[in-house]
Amino acid sequence: MALVFLVFFILPLVFVVVVSFWDYNDYEMIPTFTTRGYTDSFEGCLAQLPELCTILKTYVQTLKFCAIVWAATLTIGFTVAYFLAFEVKSREWQIILSLICTIPFWTSNVIRMIAWIPLLGRNGLVNSFLQAIGLIDQPLEWLLYSQFSVILALVHLFTFFMVVPIFNSMIRIDRALIEAAYDAGASGWQTLWNVIIPLCKPGIVIGSIFVITIVMGDFVTVGVMGGQQIASAGKIIQTRLDALQFPAAAANAVILLGVTFLIIAALTKLVDIRKEL
Amino acid sequence: MPNPAALELAALTKRYGSTTAVDAIDLKIAAGTYCCLLGPSGCGKSSTLRMIAGHEAASEGDIILGSQNVTDLAPARRGTAMMFQSYALFPHLSVLDNVAFALKMRGVDKKTRRAKAGELLDLVAMTPYAGRLPAQLSGGQQQRVALARALITEPQILLLDEPLSALDPFLRIKMRAELKRLQRELGISFIHVTHGQEEAMALADLVVLMNGGRIEQMGSPREVFNAPRTEFVARFIGGHNVIATDTAKIAIRADKLQLVPGSAMDGARGGIAATVTDVEYQGTFVQVSARTAAGEDLIAHVGEAVFDARPLQVSESVTALWDAAQSHTLS
Repeated sequence: MALVFLVFFILPLVFVVVVSFWDYNDYEMIPTFTTRGYTDSFEGCLAQLPELCTILKTYVQTLKFCAIVWAATLTIGFTVAYFLAFEVKSREWQIILSLICTIPFWTSNVIRMIAWIPLLGRNGLVNSFLQAIGLIDQPLEWLLYSQFSVILALVHLFTFFMVVPIFNSMIRIDRALIEAAYDAGASGWQTLWNVIIPLCKPGIVIGSIFVITIVMGDFVTVGVMGGQQIASAGKIIQTRLDALQFPAAAANAVILLGVTFLIIAALTKLVDIRKEL
Repeated sequence: MPNPAALELAALTKRYGSTTAVDAIDLKIAAGTYCCLLGPSGCGKSSTLRMIAGHEAASEGDIILGSQNVTDLAPARRGTAMMFQSYALFPHLSVLDNVAFALKMRGVDKKTRRAKAGELLDLVAMTPYAGRLPAQLSGGQQQRVALARALITEPQILLLDEPLSALDPFLRIKMRAELKRLQRELGISFIHVTHGQEEAMALADLVVLMNGGRIEQMGSPREVFNAPRTEFVARFIGGHNVIATDTAKIAIRADKLQLVPGSAMDGARGGIAATVTDVEYQGTFVQVSARTAAGEDLIAHVGEAVFDARPLQVSESVTALWDAAQSHTLS
């Protein structure tokens, strides 16, 4: 176990950090210590303040996506999990419905994303329908290759990662606790707020970690659904890799890792995950 | 503090689909009574309690508390409070916040509700543990917290669902004494569901013995123990022999049954020939088991001195004798 962890996680990570401090030119890496990988990316950023330079804007954009997707997946995921855990009474139906939730995972991410395109495109189903019923006369441009479509696809792809851990927390709640709350005069919302949500906190945090780490590093969804017009932190790394600037790519990866790590550290402050697992 | 009220159940019925869990029971419990609903599992005692609490809807019949028909009211509006079998303490809340929960739901401000919860913790001697989480308490301590939590709404009746079943035997005896003391101090009715006849005997002012969704017999523990009406009651309450005679079945307390050595019949008092199958020393008495020719098992509790005067051996022939005045004809 420790060996697997070392070979597949620690070593590559160490390697990325080491490479991020190497020098580079147009066609090769030069193993000497330099912080060029970092400084190049942020060139001129300090001078531009308070105007945000491109790279900072990109990070802000990624964080914004992350926050919106997180809020949406949490709301939808919690609702679905609540329905599965409390409204569906029979165990068989709970299993059947959970399996149905996994159906989208039977195809690849890319296919699921592409499936949105005929739906949202300028002559897509949604636009055609809205025009047919006379709600709009011009096709809505913001449906596809926009922030909207990126967020929609991300929420669609990752809500399930919220459902599973929250559902897992919910089915472990002793039903007598809900009755005890009811006995004490709590209304449905009061029970939700005072009993169910606090007891689901571990599931919420674990689901949040899944969603946040995936969205922070995502560049495929942002690329495809954004029509290659929207930048993201992951996209920066990809661009650097395409340009064979490995140290710069590594440096950006380290920065992204740092930011994500900070968010997760803040989340784990809320709940002791090791105790809950 | 809480104001006691009488409870009346009128033809209370609970059906689950085609099965009837509680079959039109009528019951009056005077204010300030310690009432035990006693019976084997599946007899309807828990369903009855849950209907009184409002956690199960009654299929038919009425529940009248004091002067109010509470049949269709929400649990918190009935003036009842329930203590759950596994205590159902909120694991994420401290002891103090658990106790204060009902007041929080009513919108009582933090300072007032915590002060009130403090008083109740004091009542159950749990003040030193106010800051702990339920997981950091022993079973007995959790039970006290659950009690305090149930009492904070000043209920007219406290409903306890097998409150002692999660405790070890030693603690069970200690906690049952505490329940009784608390009930006396508060002066409200406690309705306590149990399948342990010993527990019911020790605690109850009124024992309600249930079987198959009906009340089999009710009365003070003494009345029920000394005059079981049916074979079921005699067997369930324990300490009785059920003997089939020519006319009817009769019940005789184990300590009133004599086992005389030899098969000599004492014509005046009747008797049954039997063979000793087991002799168990129980401290203050010796429990002698015997089997009649008809295959009925008899149990006699023989005083230590009586036993010592003439010890019985396993497989010895004996005659079981009883005083007719001590036997009860069962219906």
